[in-house]
Amino acid sequence: MTMDGTEVLKRTVTEDEAAILGDWTGALRESGSLQSGRIREAELQTQAKAVLAQFRDALAAGGLDADGEGYASLRETLADISRSRAIQGFTPTDTANFVFSLKEPVFEALRRTSAADASALAAGVWAGGKVLDRLGLHTMEVFLASREDVIGRQGQEIAELSTPVVRLWDGILALPLIGTLDSARTGVVMENLLQAIVDEEAEIAIIDITGVPTVDTLVAQHLLKTVAAARLMGADCIVSGIRPQIAQTMVHLGVELNVVSKATLADAFAVALRRTGRKVVRQQAAVAEERR
Amino acid sequence: MDRIPILKLGGALIVTIQVDMHDRLALALEEDLTAMIARTGARGVLIEISALEIVDSFIGRMLVSIAAVSRVLDAETVVAGMRPAVAITLVELGLELTGIKTALNVERGMALIQARLSKDEEDGYGGDRDRHEG
Amino acid sequence: MTVTVTKAETLPIRSGDDVVRVRQRVRALAIEIGLGLVDQTKIVTAASELARNTLDYGGGGDMRAEIVLAGMRKGLRLTFEDQGPGIADIEQALTDHYTSGGGLGLGLGGAKRLSNEFHIESTPGAGTRVTIARWK
Repeated sequence: MTMDGTEVLKRTVTEDEAAILGDWTGALRESGSLQSGRIREAELQTQAKAVLAQFRDALAAGGLDADGEGYASLRETLADISRSRAIQGFTPTDTANFVFSLKEPVFEALRRTSAADASALAAGVWAGGKVLDRLGLHTMEVFLASREDVIGRQGQEIAELSTPVVRLWDGILALPLIGTLDSARTGVVMENLLQAIVDEEAEIAIIDITGVPTVDTLVAQHLLKTVAAARLMGADCIVSGIRPQIAQTMVHLGVELNVVSKATLADAFAVALRRTGRKVVRQQAAVAEERR
Repeated sequence: MDRIPILKLGGALIVTIQVDMHDRLALALEEDLTAMIARTGARGVLIEISALEIVDSFIGRMLVSIAAVSRVLDAETVVAGMRPAVAITLVELGLELTGIKTALNVERGMALIQARLSKDEEDGYGGDRDRHEG
Repeated sequence: MTVTVTKAETLPIRSGDDVVRVRQRVRALAIEIGLGLVDQTKIVTAASELARNTLDYGGGGDMRAEIVLAGMRKGLRLTFEDQGPGIADIEQALTDHYTSGGGLGLGLGGAKRLSNEFHIESTPGAGTRVTIARWK
C-alpha cells in the first residue's frame, strides 16, 4: 500500500470530528438502544462525544495499535461503558453496535475528504476498519467478563443464602444442607459454619445432609475436612440425615465417614443435648417424678 | 532473645501466643514449657493461640511435640482458640494435631484441664496427693 | 490467556527473621489483591513452608512476589529460588511425610495443596525453584 492509512484516518477524524459525531449519534439513536429505555439520549451523546475525542487522540498517539499504550484511556472508557451496559441488561449486540456503528460515519467522512484519491480512501477505510473492529471486540470482551462477574457474584450469593447456620440451643448449632455440594459451595459452607461456631461459642455442630441428593467421594471428603477443622477449633460435629441409598453408595465407594452420624436431625439433637449435660423429658412424666 | 511468658494457675500452665512466631521462639517455648512442667508438676498445659494468624507445619510440630513431652510427664495439653481460617488451612495442609485436645477458648480449655485434675483427685493420685494418703 | 505482571518485588531469605518478613509481605499482598481471609491464610502458610525449605534445605535464597493479572482475574504468584543442593527425586519430595531433614515432611506437598498452581524445577547440585500462585 503506497498511501499511509493511519495518516488519512487521523486527518479525517480530526478535521471532520463534528460531522462524524453527528452521524454517529444519529445512527445510535436509530439503532434501538434508546427505545429500550435503558439509557437516555443525553447520556448516549455524552458517551459518544467522549469516545470520539479519545479516539482522535489515540490515533495521534498510538496509530493503529489498539492494544498499545496510546489507546489505554480509550480502552478504559469503553470498558466502563461496556461494564455499565452489562449491568443495565443490554444485549451483547447493542453493546457491540455502540462501537461498530461508528464505522459507517467514519467511512462516510473518509469518502468526503479523500474522494479524489482512491488509494488514500482504500488505505483509510482499511485502517479504520481494522482499529474499530479491534475496539469493538474489546468492548465485547469486557462485556462478557462483566457478565461472568455478575454470574459469579450471584453464585456466591446463592451459596451463602442456601447455607444458613441455625442455633438450636445454647452451644448447639445446626447446618441443614440442601442441594448439590461442589467444592466452591462447600468452601463457603465450611467457613460459615466455623465462624458461627466461634460467634456462638458452640460445642456441637450438627451437619444435616437430608437435602443432599448424592454424596460422592469428593463431598464426603469435604464433610470430613469440615469436621476435622471444627475439631481443631474445639467443637464436635455430628452428621445427620444420611439416607439409606447414600449410605450404600458410600460403602460401595469405600468412603469411610469417620464421624458420629445419626439417622435424623432429631436423633443428632438428642445426642447433642445429652453431651452438653441436658435431658429432654415429657412434662407429665416430669411432674409425676416430682410428686414421687 | 525474646521468650513467651508462661503462667502457672493451680495445677495448670498457661501460655498465650501473641506474636508472629519465628522458629527460634517456638523452640524456646518448647524448652521452657518442658522445664516448667517438670519443675512444677503441672498436670495441664493450656496454649492459647487465638492471636496466631497462621499455623504452619513447624508450629504444628511444636504443638504436637509439646503435647507428647507433656504426656510423658503426665500432663495434658489443650490448644485453645484456633481461628477458623487457620483450622481450614491446617486440615488442607494435612497436619493432624495428634494427642492434643482442643477448646474454643481459654474458659473451655481450663474446664477441660480442671475436669482432668478433679478426676485425678477422685482416683486418688492427683495433685493433692497428701490429702488422700491418710 | 496471557498473564501480565502488575507489581513485583524480591525478598531475601537468609534467616528465620526473613521467613517472618516473607509471611508479613505475602499477607499484605494477598490483602491488596482482595483475597478472602481463608485464601490469605492458605497462601501465607504455603509461603511460610516454602521459605523455610529455601532456608533449611537450600541454604538460603530469595522469594519473588508478583501480582499478576490474567484477563480480569487477579492473582498472587510467588517464586522461591535457592542455589542449594537441589532435589534428586521430586516425586518423592512431594510425598507426604517424606522428609530429608527431620521435619514433618508436609512442606512441599502441603504448599501444593494450599495453592491453585504449583510448579517445581530442581537440578541436583544447582538449586531449586518453586512457583506457586493463588487466584482471586
